[in-house]
Amino acid sequence: MGILVIAEHDNARLKAATLNTIAAATKIGGDITVLVAGQGAADVAKAAAAVAGVAKVLVADDAAYRDQLAENLSALIVKLAAGYTHVMAPATAFGKNLLPRVAALLDVAQISEIVAVQSADTFVRPIYAGNALATVQSADPIKVITVRSTGFDAAASTGGSAAVENVAAEADSGLSRLVGQELTKSARPELTAARIIVSGGRGMGSGENFALLEALADKLGAAVGASRAAVDAGFVPNDYQVGQTGKIVAPELYIAVGISGAIQHLAGMKDSKVIVAINKDAEAPITQVADYWLVADLFQAVPELTAALG
Amino acid sequence: MKILVPVKRVVDYNVKVRVKSDGTGVETTNVKMSMNPFDEIAVEEAVRLKEAGVATEIVAVSIGVTQVQETLRTALAIGADRAIHVQTDLETQPLGVAKALKALVDKEQPGLVILGKQAIDDDANQTGQMLAALLGWSQATFASKVKVEGETVTVTREIDGGLETLALKLPAIVTTDLRLNEPRYVTLPNIMKAKKKPLDTVTPDALGVDFAPRLKTLKVSEPAKRGAGKQVGSVAELVEKLKNEAKAI
Repeated sequence: MGILVIAEHDNARLKAATLNTIAAATKIGGDITVLVAGQGAADVAKAAAAVAGVAKVLVADDAAYRDQLAENLSALIVKLAAGYTHVMAPATAFGKNLLPRVAALLDVAQISEIVAVQSADTFVRPIYAGNALATVQSADPIKVITVRSTGFDAAASTGGSAAVENVAAEADSGLSRLVGQELTKSARPELTAARIIVSGGRGMGSGENFALLEALADKLGAAVGASRAAVDAGFVPNDYQVGQTGKIVAPELYIAVGISGAIQHLAGMKDSKVIVAINKDAEAPITQVADYWLVADLFQAVPELTAALG
Repeated sequence: MKILVPVKRVVDYNVKVRVKSDGTGVETTNVKMSMNPFDEIAVEEAVRLKEAGVATEIVAVSIGVTQVQETLRTALAIGADRAIHVQTDLETQPLGVAKALKALVDKEQPGLVILGKQAIDDDANQTGQMLAALLGWSQATFASKVKVEGETVTVTREIDGGLETLALKLPAIVTTDLRLNEPRYVTLPNIMKAKKKPLDTVTPDALGVDFAPRLKTLKVSEPAKRGAGKQVGSVAELVEKLKNEAKAI
């Protein structure tokens, strides 16, 4: 059995979600090969080769892969896939965009966002915003799978010494091109990798008021997130969104401030280890998943909490 | 340019789903069903493109049991011109759906297909990408802005670190994210008008499509419940609990 894991990266760094995908591959068992398709991504290949459990790293270096376009990557992966029983990628915007295209080209189903491995052909995945868990079995010759990072502890980023091999690139499809990116710059940890997250909802009232949460987050070394309501209201950029259709997180500590707890938000954070809710409404649904909740005016409670942690 | 918009009938997003006691699925009898919210955004975007003079005709498609015709009527009420129902009682899985849609695209020759990025029942997030693969077309998923100019569609996508803009050669596939638009309310006159718009029915067999499900669902279960939490009376008590009981800070 051989598993091909598609590395998520920006040509400079291996993205953390790749480590969780490798961990899921380890649970299936078999030789793990990591594909690094990019341009000038030697550092990424080096990082992938050092991950515990990786047997081989394939590098496809070409301008066609610089911008991670699904059309070009899928053509390459389909060419390589014949030698593997599983093709896996993180269930991030990157993996979700790419793997269904790969699966359709291989004429196999794709299994989305697995959170557990039961056997080489049977996996558990959430449906209905995490309100139910489906155990699904695939009879396809190649299983194409995206992995929800919160379901698997990351593989160690050191300890491996995989061989690195170059593979030939396919021709550029010419179907699409990247015009530009606007990436949010932040000194705080990334939401999906943070140990602590402080999240704000509609109760924050405005984007300016998120400064209260940022002060608390900086005290805790935390990331700042938001509910869909806060994003829709324009308080913060959309990549802050935690929920069914935003980011799925499971930090050690999740502090929900002024968030009522809509189903779609809970779907994105209810696997957090400890959940704290600060809300003026004692009946808010968030209390049903919270370990501790404080019924208070957030504009007093949050600065008080920040000061208390001093 | 013609636009094809596939829509799916799902359990309404306000319904709290219940897992059936025999573990075969979730309860869908006597449950309110609606158009998948992302698909509603897709129909709205197509209608706006028509209103802007970019699109000439909008064809809505749905696949499934007879009742999906209600969902198609909603699409027609929002502003689609006609509808196609692919009738099947089989479970709809993304690959089979993508194959059926490919057959319809081959027949209808749209310049753009706009789909919801995911359905809120199976949360698969696959169909648009699969259809793009089968057609050999370009794709832009998770769109928050769509602009058609000549032979190109420029799409701003929501990605993990922020936003990304792609230029795609038409014909192309676009899948919608939440912030692409806010779908209009359907008015009574438009609902009445929708009843008179054409709705054709075809079968997967007539389209020559293998619709058999590839994934077998062995079991559907409820997720583990979280332990009961407790209310704290003050910020000081919260800090004390987080430090000494939860050891989270």
